[in-house]
Amino acid sequence: MNLELPTTVPLQAYLALAAILFCTGVWGLINSRNAVRVLMSIELMLNAVNINLMAFSSYLDGQLIRGQVFTIFVITVAAAEAAVGLAILLSLYRNRETVDMERFNLLRW
Amino acid sequence: MTIASSTQLICFTVLSAVVAIGALGVVLLPNIVYSAFLLGGVFLSVAGLYLLLNASFVAAAQVLVYVGAVNVLILFAIMLVNKKEDLAAIPGLALRRLLSGAVCAGLFALLLRVAFTTPWATPGPEPVGEEATIRIGEHLFSDYLLPFELASVLLLMAMIGAIVLARRDVMTADIATGEPADQGLIEKSRTPLLLEKSN
Repeated sequence: MNLELPTTVPLQAYLALAAILFCTGVWGLINSRNAVRVLMSIELMLNAVNINLMAFSSYLDGQLIRGQVFTIFVITVAAAEAAVGLAILLSLYRNRETVDMERFNLLRW
Repeated sequence: MTIASSTQLICFTVLSAVVAIGALGVVLLPNIVYSAFLLGGVFLSVAGLYLLLNASFVAAAQVLVYVGAVNVLILFAIMLVNKKEDLAAIPGLALRRLLSGAVCAGLFALLLRVAFTTPWATPGPEPVGEEATIRIGEHLFSDYLLPFELASVLLLMAMIGAIVLARRDVMTADIATGEPADQGLIEKSRTPLLLEKSN
């Protein structure tokens, strides 16, 4: 195992960065009380997945770049998800007058 | 490589530091407005990473869609629902945070182990570099044509769904009294439909 500094960015560096971003997003998704922050955490997780796809597309699939095409579709779906999610949040806020995730318990009991 | 490798290394280090610290800030900062602006910074840094990977079209799409649309949408949502409210204390919140932190750390360790022990077949084929946009166009209009068209249908559905969900019911006359209803833009204080009975 060689320990000298790599001359180019290795694939593993991108994967590690995406892992950091994804785990931060998961933690935020579980622990946020504010519903808007939950949506932000979902966007962080989607970005982590996109970084993975782009890194694989560049390092392992350089000719066909299917990962980049897939990333574009993920960005499209993320935009649609953000619009619908925030609309649901607005209508929920109008009806319950709070954004606290702990009080969105209509379907709980 | 279009950029010298040492410059590339420095750029990657700076951008990944911004992404990691910004993501932590998005999750941990108490003021949600700061979180939203930091989220924009994270999106911009991710676009910079895409530029390092020679994917200029996806970087432009990232800036346009995420920074220009999603982040602005989130800021608008914050402006609409940003009421100062005292969150009720939950028993065992610290323990819950600690446990979920441990779960996330375990997931992180697992992902790192997968990333560093898998024998990736690098270096793969020679990257197309600046021709990436042409290749994406070819893909979108040949073998990915059906998903491309479905994406447009999905966006239309999301647009109509968001309008239907977020609009207020506008009535020309009050149902109870028969008087003309006020069409003002400011939300009236009225009894919410689903407010909790307990408080």
